[in-house]
Amino acid sequence: MADLKTEFLGISSPNPFWLASAPPTDKAYNVNRAFEAGWGGAVWKTLGEDPHIVNVSGPRYSALHSNDRRVIGFNNIELITDRPLQTNLDELRQIKKDWPDRALIASVMLPMNEQSWATCLPMIEDTGVDGFELNFGCPHGMSERGMGAAVGQVPEYIQMATEWAKAAVSVPVIVKLTPNVTSILPPAKAALDGGGDAVSLINTINSIMRVDYDSLTMYPTTDGMGTHGGYCDEAVKPIALNMVAEIARTSETAGLPISGIGGISDWRDAVDFLALGASNVQVCTAAMVYGFKIIDDLVDGLSTFLDDKQLSLSELVGKAVPSVTDWQHLNLNYIEKAVIDQDLCIKCGRCHIACEDTSHQAITQTVNGERHFEVIDKECVGCNLCVSVCPVDGCISMQQLSSGTDPRTGQAITEEKLRWTAHPNNPMRKTD
Amino acid sequence: MAAERRKDGISSQRLSSDEIEMNFADLHPPLTHPEALVEADRCYFCYDAPCITACPTGIDIPTFIQKIRSGNLRGSAHTILQENIMGGMCARVCPTEVLCEEACVRNTHEEKPVEIGLLQRHATDAVLQNNEQLFTRAKSSGKRVAIVGGGPAGLSCAHRLAVLGHDVHVYNRDARPGGLNEYGIAAYKVVDNFAQQEVDYILSIGGIEVRNGVVLGEEIELDELRKNYDAVFLGTGLEGSNQLGIEGEELPGVINAIDYIADLRQADDKSALPVGRNVVVIGGGMTAIDIAVQSKRLGAENVHMVYRRGAEQMSASVFEQALAQTSGVVIHHWASPTRIVGKDRVSSIDFAVADSDDTLALDADVVFKAIGQNMAALDELTMQSGRIAVDDEHKTSLAGVWAGGDCVVGGEDLTVSAVQHGKIAAISIDRYVRRP
Repeated sequence: MADLKTEFLGISSPNPFWLASAPPTDKAYNVNRAFEAGWGGAVWKTLGEDPHIVNVSGPRYSALHSNDRRVIGFNNIELITDRPLQTNLDELRQIKKDWPDRALIASVMLPMNEQSWATCLPMIEDTGVDGFELNFGCPHGMSERGMGAAVGQVPEYIQMATEWAKAAVSVPVIVKLTPNVTSILPPAKAALDGGGDAVSLINTINSIMRVDYDSLTMYPTTDGMGTHGGYCDEAVKPIALNMVAEIARTSETAGLPISGIGGISDWRDAVDFLALGASNVQVCTAAMVYGFKIIDDLVDGLSTFLDDKQLSLSELVGKAVPSVTDWQHLNLNYIEKAVIDQDLCIKCGRCHIACEDTSHQAITQTVNGERHFEVIDKECVGCNLCVSVCPVDGCISMQQLSSGTDPRTGQAITEEKLRWTAHPNNPMRKTD
Repeated sequence: MAAERRKDGISSQRLSSDEIEMNFADLHPPLTHPEALVEADRCYFCYDAPCITACPTGIDIPTFIQKIRSGNLRGSAHTILQENIMGGMCARVCPTEVLCEEACVRNTHEEKPVEIGLLQRHATDAVLQNNEQLFTRAKSSGKRVAIVGGGPAGLSCAHRLAVLGHDVHVYNRDARPGGLNEYGIAAYKVVDNFAQQEVDYILSIGGIEVRNGVVLGEEIELDELRKNYDAVFLGTGLEGSNQLGIEGEELPGVINAIDYIADLRQADDKSALPVGRNVVVIGGGMTAIDIAVQSKRLGAENVHMVYRRGAEQMSASVFEQALAQTSGVVIHHWASPTRIVGKDRVSSIDFAVADSDDTLALDADVVFKAIGQNMAALDELTMQSGRIAVDDEHKTSLAGVWAGGDCVVGGEDLTVSAVQHGKIAAISIDRYVRRP
């Protein structure tokens, strides 16, 4: 079995799976259970100044379900810890003592004045935590008070608070970013400029789940009124992956260690984050939906995968980053066509109607009067829609046309690459 | 009750009321709403879906399932009932395994089709139970149509005509409307008096008057109907049972299966029905299965079903054959009855085994004949193979007269086919009575 032992910023943990700062790490009871189950580390529920905040006593969570009630998306309006700071400090100290081999990180959220940081952080560091995570991500509640995402949306604030934190403590500082920005690069750059040792992302996305179809109010509400929450779980993973990859592939931020967060439910999700540049991952929603036991498959699945690929964990990190580029650099001379495996086809006709109604009329419905679905190469632009909608895995595949002419355009296929940057239709093309 | 069960000859109360109730509970219990959602999710929403083609009434199955998925049950029921007003009954009695569900593309890989029948029941039950009217009648045409027969074909035709704005009189020979839905279908397929619930729903559209206990050729004549109405639809079914034509057939205890099933369906207390210890059923169709299984469930100790050909030739589906076998019915193939033996009543029956000199003899307190039905020829109409000849629009040879259901040639002895006949005829009749 591949060794999953991880060193992140010099903080070691038996595997790269940490529980994210959230309800699962709210107190010693939960974290003890998590470590007993096998989690590699925990980022403690975000600490703040006393007097501690209060939460609503109505619904904090709601979910986007599939028809069989599987949770696909998840929304919360819970705030940071609602317990006194000293209670949390006592528990942190005890947990670190009981679980010395696990990573224990303190998440913090403080007002934008240096004194608060200079006072609070050393008290917390004294418990023995391995590092800090600065919560510049939560988009609801706390952001109204000038904290959380309100900081994360202003790169100058990120840099300033990161500098205060770095000045106050000696252990590593991770800066947790909000995805509620137009580009993730300025916040990441600000974290780096402020001396941050790493970034973690994404925090949750501003969201309203739905309306109540009886009352026609938003859902859920507290006494008839609701507020936007933060969205997470499987549904947000692609957004998170893009942001992680952006940081990993941009020269100014490349090399900044990343802790990947956002919809990780099984080991494949972890592979996505690691290959696109994260050095470890944090999990919350999947644990909230299924309990801590999911760590078994996360660890086992990742380890088996690495064995199969004959890769070490560190070799996997960033493996896919070189494959991510700008649209303008894609090879416009490269041609693929969809191919339907007739032995696997169950004749549902989904590929046909998707292509016929909404794309390029490139799949037959009948051939010689028989129900038969076949790609018409002369019309196929290789868009991958049919592959995406086909209910049978592997039935439709994209195959490269590497020689001859493209029946759609009549043009000869060439091995020469042609990028938009040099394309004759591009008025801004660069001529070598 | 062990002694009762083994009592020789004919006896009632072979089983307790509780046992009977259990034996005649819903064969396919309805889906709960969560179950329906999960099952609906399995539908791929195929384009030009094979299940639609396989449905004799052409219900847009993917659309009604999609509406279940979105929680739009009323819309789902409307999608079903606009093509098949007896969608509730068909959800219960259709041999879906050889119709829509056989065509389901899910069979290709996992051999488990979407449970279309149960989903259809889920969608229609809610609407029928709440008696939610989903149809409105068109402006009155002032035209009147007579329908002979209150079974699936007649009621389907009546409903469509009523929706199209015509007034309809249904002449029904039985005491209650519904035809074989009320009198012929196995009791465990239509529990809770569903057949009458459905009839009530159909009639609630308005403009349909049912006159029960009226027989064509006795109280009414076709000539007279043609004179008094703008059009006539015949959905008279098959009133006679085919006979074996062998020695001993006249003995007491030799019974037409459909007559006994009708008694069973109308019985308030099934445990009071007379049941033989040894029951022999002759035939290989749905009626044969229905009487065999119901006899077993009423407490008959030994039930033998004997068919003159092989399993593949049986018109009862594979599912129905398996149902008989798991209910404890012994099925014999390739044996034809030669003689019924008995003094005052039947005591046994002899068979010749095909392609051999072997014979088979079975003890029998009751012999049920389930070898098909027939009808008397109607002099005014062209008949074909003993049934009424009709064209694609279900017009008979006589102007202004349509026919459908089991009484026409090509009838499939299925509720769903009868409903389709009635619907096609109604659309044709509408065009006819509105002709300039």
